Amino acid sequence: MIVWVPMDSAAKAVGADEVAAAVLAEAEARGVTLDLRRNGARGMVWLEPLVEVEIDGLRHGFGPMSVADVPALFDDLSAHPRALGAVDELDWMRRQTRLTFARCGVIEPLSLAQYQAHGGLTGLRRTLDMAPAEVVAEVTASGLRGRGGAGFPTGIKWQTVHDAPGSRKYIVCNADEGDSGTFADRMIMEGDPFSLIEGMAIAGLAAGATKGFVYLRSEYPDAIAVMEQAVRIARAEGVLGPDVLGSGRAFDMEIRVGAGAYVCGEETSLLNSLEGRRGVVRAKPPLPALAGLFGCPTVVNNVISLATVPVILERGAQHYADFGLGRSRGTVTLQIAGNVARGGLFETAFGISLGDVVETLAGGTASGRPVKAAQVGGPLGAYMPREKFDTPLGYEEFDAAGGLVGHAGIVVFDDSADMLAMARFAMEFCAVESCGKCTPCRIGAVRGVETIDRIAQGDGAAIPLLTDLCETMKDGSLCALGGFTPYPVMSALTHFPEDFARSREAAE
Amino acid sequence: MTQPTAPAAPPDQAEIDAIIAAHAGLEGPLLPILHALQHAFGHVPQAAFDPLAEALRITKAELHGVISFYHDFREAPAGRQVLKICRAEACQAMGGAGLAEGVLRRLGLDWHGTTGDGAVTVEPVYCLGLCACAPAVMVDGRVHGRVDAARMDALLAEARA
Repeated sequence: MIVWVPMDSAAKAVGADEVAAAVLAEAEARGVTLDLRRNGARGMVWLEPLVEVEIDGLRHGFGPMSVADVPALFDDLSAHPRALGAVDELDWMRRQTRLTFARCGVIEPLSLAQYQAHGGLTGLRRTLDMAPAEVVAEVTASGLRGRGGAGFPTGIKWQTVHDAPGSRKYIVCNADEGDSGTFADRMIMEGDPFSLIEGMAIAGLAAGATKGFVYLRSEYPDAIAVMEQAVRIARAEGVLGPDVLGSGRAFDMEIRVGAGAYVCGEETSLLNSLEGRRGVVRAKPPLPALAGLFGCPTVVNNVISLATVPVILERGAQHYADFGLGRSRGTVTLQIAGNVARGGLFETAFGISLGDVVETLAGGTASGRPVKAAQVGGPLGAYMPREKFDTPLGYEEFDAAGGLVGHAGIVVFDDSADMLAMARFAMEFCAVESCGKCTPCRIGAVRGVETIDRIAQGDGAAIPLLTDLCETMKDGSLCALGGFTPYPVMSALTHFPEDFARSREAAE
Repeated sequence: MTQPTAPAAPPDQAEIDAIIAAHAGLEGPLLPILHALQHAFGHVPQAAFDPLAEALRITKAELHGVISFYHDFREAPAGRQVLKICRAEACQAMGGAGLAEGVLRRLGLDWHGTTGDGAVTVEPVYCLGLCACAPAVMVDGRVHGRVDAARMDALLAEARA
């Protein structure tokens, strides 16, 4: 009997380890020969722990499972109260276009053999037969843009590093996924770590770098453990090291752990942190592509950008570019979170509307109350009111609607949300996490909290002051922390003015 | 990389030196060394400052600047268990703020505080990547999602046992 129980931390957080132990114990008690496998997550977090029983090569899902539901897995499966049917046939899975996440949840994350059986290393092998400039051209042609939030074309960045003079260059993976509502990086690192390793190796060969670093946040202990093991395995199997897949060309990498500073998700802060300094933002120019880590030309890419590169090289740029909308090519890895009936990861071509995501995919709120707003793109993204739910997911489309796609995390709130409190939290968060370099961010965020408190106490005259402060922060901050905190604040104020119109009497 | 659980052992100079030496050859060795020291001792011990500054050829002021910049590093031991409660938006959308308030009120603590018996330190964390099974907490490196008041009670009882 083959049983799959995810080892993804979202599954573990809701009892997957306990369920796995119960499966083992039950099999032993019944004398059943069991092959227990730990996969990554499929992305249907509301069904976790999602146990799969493999029968004749077909995987049948059961979830959400509790320990009490385990014994029935050994009886008539069709009568199991948690039976969902074949996992690949579930609506959530069938509606997706899984390119980056094709293997996630399907294979055992640390099995290089299973990785290869599902197309892994094909892209890297092809890369080794190509000239570096050809690889860069392929990535450019795919239209892939930075999935960390900024949306900068990945191929252009690689080109700059490729062309930069210097014998020492680096590939740095930004795995400091600090935005609330985002977990795609964590999921792929826990569920398909070799895709990131392969993507970094391809980047290294293309840009002329022989060393890579993954800067992985300390809040992800499970992802750290999986990535460290995966790097060791890749090195032992010759995927990494002085002779990548026997090509005679070198690329190796290290996992580095962050230390709880949100701002280190900003690329120049991250580089300072890697160097062992305070994670203070650097002014640009110089671009990291020309003078990055230790002053050397450096590619800094997000996890999803890098983990998408192997499939682009495997299937060709055109295959990837054929998906998408306008200048947003390929797939977007939606992370649906917060107050939703069905939360999780959904990979689809750009172009799906926000409303479709919130109403159809997420199934509305978990609380059953009406949806009030969705914050898209993390804590620095705008709160989108229902009136804007027809906005299609695309970089330019969201920009035009006053928002940003960012890392494509979507956090849904029901009508009990107090948008003044959310605006205050945005300022408070900025004050806590500011690196301190830019005054409008360092001081402005503190003043922002105070100003919103005045509004909460019925001082309507403070509203223009808040607007003015947001302008200053936007124009006077080097990075997105100070520069984009005005997005959640101003979108809350603009779209939900009733939450800011407090009478003095009510406040008292 | 789990947060240390052991009560702080008295910092042993030989061990400090060994940790520094083991990482000194890395490119950008400071954060890995600080993590390793904190893992071994539960905090970054004062006794490590001089040898560390010397080994990396940085001033003690620079070292202090780095340690104090990052939320993770502490210069004094925490409680035997560190409870991190997510304060970020997705958890707020699912009642995370109320959950956190309840814990702090019951333990009579503010954020970063430690219970009088030294059992539990409560810290805020901004996102554990468990946004689709919110609200989420982490107890000594182990994650828990869909945490309601009853589950929180059980976790606290376990932590204080």
